[in-house]
Amino acid sequence: MTYRNPPTTPRKSATFDDYTLSEIRRAAATGIYDIRGAGAKRKLPHFDDLLFLGASISRYPLEGYRERCDTSVVLGSRHAKKPIELKIPITIAGMSFGSLSGPAKEALGRGATLSGTSTTTGDGGMTEEERGHSKQLVYQYLPSRYGMNLRDLRRADAIEVVVGQGAKPGGGGMLLGQKISDRVAEMRTLPKGIDQRSASRHPDWTGPDDLEIKILELREITDWEKPIYVKVGGARPYYDTALAVKAGADVVVVDGMQGGTAATQEVFIENVGQPTLACIRPAVQALQDLGMHRKVQLIVSGGIRNGADVAKALALGVDAVSIGTAALVALGDNDPRWEAEYNELGTTAGAYDDWHEGKDPAGITTQDPDLMKRVDPIAAGRRLANYLKVMTLEAQTIARACGKNSLHNLEPEDLVALTIEAAAMAGVPLAGTNWIPGKNNTF
Amino acid sequence: MPATSKATRESHARVFDLDVQSLRELNQALHKLAPGSNETAWEVLNPKGNHSVAVGVDQPVSIDVRGSVGYYCGGMNSGSAITVHGSAGPGVGENMMSGSITVKGDASQYAGATGKGGLLVIEGNASSRCGISMKGIDIVVHGNIGHMSAFMAQSGNLVVLGDAGDALGDSIYEARLFVRGKVDSLGADCIAKEMRPEHLELLQGLLDRAGVKDVKPSEFKRYGSARTLYNFNIDNADAY
Repeated sequence: MTYRNPPTTPRKSATFDDYTLSEIRRAAATGIYDIRGAGAKRKLPHFDDLLFLGASISRYPLEGYRERCDTSVVLGSRHAKKPIELKIPITIAGMSFGSLSGPAKEALGRGATLSGTSTTTGDGGMTEEERGHSKQLVYQYLPSRYGMNLRDLRRADAIEVVVGQGAKPGGGGMLLGQKISDRVAEMRTLPKGIDQRSASRHPDWTGPDDLEIKILELREITDWEKPIYVKVGGARPYYDTALAVKAGADVVVVDGMQGGTAATQEVFIENVGQPTLACIRPAVQALQDLGMHRKVQLIVSGGIRNGADVAKALALGVDAVSIGTAALVALGDNDPRWEAEYNELGTTAGAYDDWHEGKDPAGITTQDPDLMKRVDPIAAGRRLANYLKVMTLEAQTIARACGKNSLHNLEPEDLVALTIEAAAMAGVPLAGTNWIPGKNNTF
Repeated sequence: MPATSKATRESHARVFDLDVQSLRELNQALHKLAPGSNETAWEVLNPKGNHSVAVGVDQPVSIDVRGSVGYYCGGMNSGSAITVHGSAGPGVGENMMSGSITVKGDASQYAGATGKGGLLVIEGNASSRCGISMKGIDIVVHGNIGHMSAFMAQSGNLVVLGDAGDALGDSIYEARLFVRGKVDSLGADCIAKEMRPEHLELLQGLLDRAGVKDVKPSEFKRYGSARTLYNFNIDNADAY
């Protein structure tokens, strides 16, 4: 018998994993970076790393289904004559007509209206579907100013000056030619079929002092009636929040890196910006330092999925959250019922993110007339409303367990963290300890 | 309300003195104008560099601003005819929808930015980024314009009787640029184009509308998009 050396088990590199290798091959074959939709997919410290303590001897709970737990919130009371009054602290984030189909935009408006909350336009102007079916509509004021016009500005319920977005702080938009239908082209004043770049900077202001003058102009145009939001990507949440407040914002929107985009470079999505969890406390701190917490409202978005996420964000000092990706899933995005078609596109339900290509089997991120028929705006709107209702009930369940008669009475003291990272970011103790990393002269 | 009906300079004009009344009162009075209102002539005194003078006006009235203004004068104008008897700060006529704005003096940066329609006339010079991201507006500048003008200009016409600074028309789409003097440099994808009869005719119409006399369309050169960057191609990456 000859002795054979024991074989070495094939070992793949943690650094050069299968995904990394496939990206190197793809880049080598095509010479272009990967563009995709959605937000950061990498594992990040998130709300899952926080837990509520619930009631105990020193805190007593409220009775579920019996004792009231308020969910309403008013946005924009600082300067606006007509602030936005929402029944639930969950709004629908800005997503453009162009990146989304008309029926999908209508469904978002219907779902939001059924739930007593607001929806938001996007980089492409306001559509009739959306205005008509949204009781409260936030009109985004973007660097591209595609479709921006006086009439729509006046029939909006609030204005959101978009400085940045969590998926790509510092990046502009992109809508590739295949999604530029006649209607999209007309709204954006561009030829059909060309790639549309949305600028990364506003064309007529730079810096916080100019922003203050720009906000003044928008207020003058709309007779100081409408709340003015300023939306920033999760880049420098403390200073961005402080500067937005200084510039006169009624509401500050901070979008973390899990927040979605219609189309951006993968390298941008995964490597620029901060996780949502890391953005909240600095933004709240800025408001508190200026004496403006609860006077200027804070909306946070990026990876909000359920009522626990809502409750945790509110406990950390946020006034409302915003959902985008989750709302699209409620409408039917990435639904396994289209699995065969996802497979044809080289992907699988749950992973489909080539939203820029306009081939969405679910009919949401497309301008293809046949595909978009798959979205029934009434049924999809109902699904969104159901989902929002569940999130609200979940958040109330937690709040009552913490003895709170309003979601906004949740506080950091109701939370602990499962990891040191989350404890440091959220500014709450590591579970089982009284240690908040970075606080009280601890490292 | 003081000093609204007792007009002094023009008997028919409604006079607003910003030394006496607030900017907010001026803009709200303009916004309250009903279609067909008889108050078709307005005069604004002592603008003194105020920002957002006569913004969001949506009735066909004339507004004479007696002095210089700050940022965003006539912003989002829809149908009114505004004359600034002085100079204008950044973003004059930004996102104008229709109507006209005439600046008798010079204009600062971003004049006519993202304008959708109407006519903006600068009788002096305009600074950098004139006509940035323009979307249908016509702009006529009697003097010179600064660098990066007509950046990402989508549609409309920019006419310059003097010279243009660096990187004119960078990443331009379908806007047309007519420059009579020299151009320091053209931006990415912007090229000189043939001046065909229809362009001469168009230009003559723009000069007429802007009240420009003794200048012939044949004295101008036309610039526009080479359209090579309309769809992303990796081999063009060096152009950015």
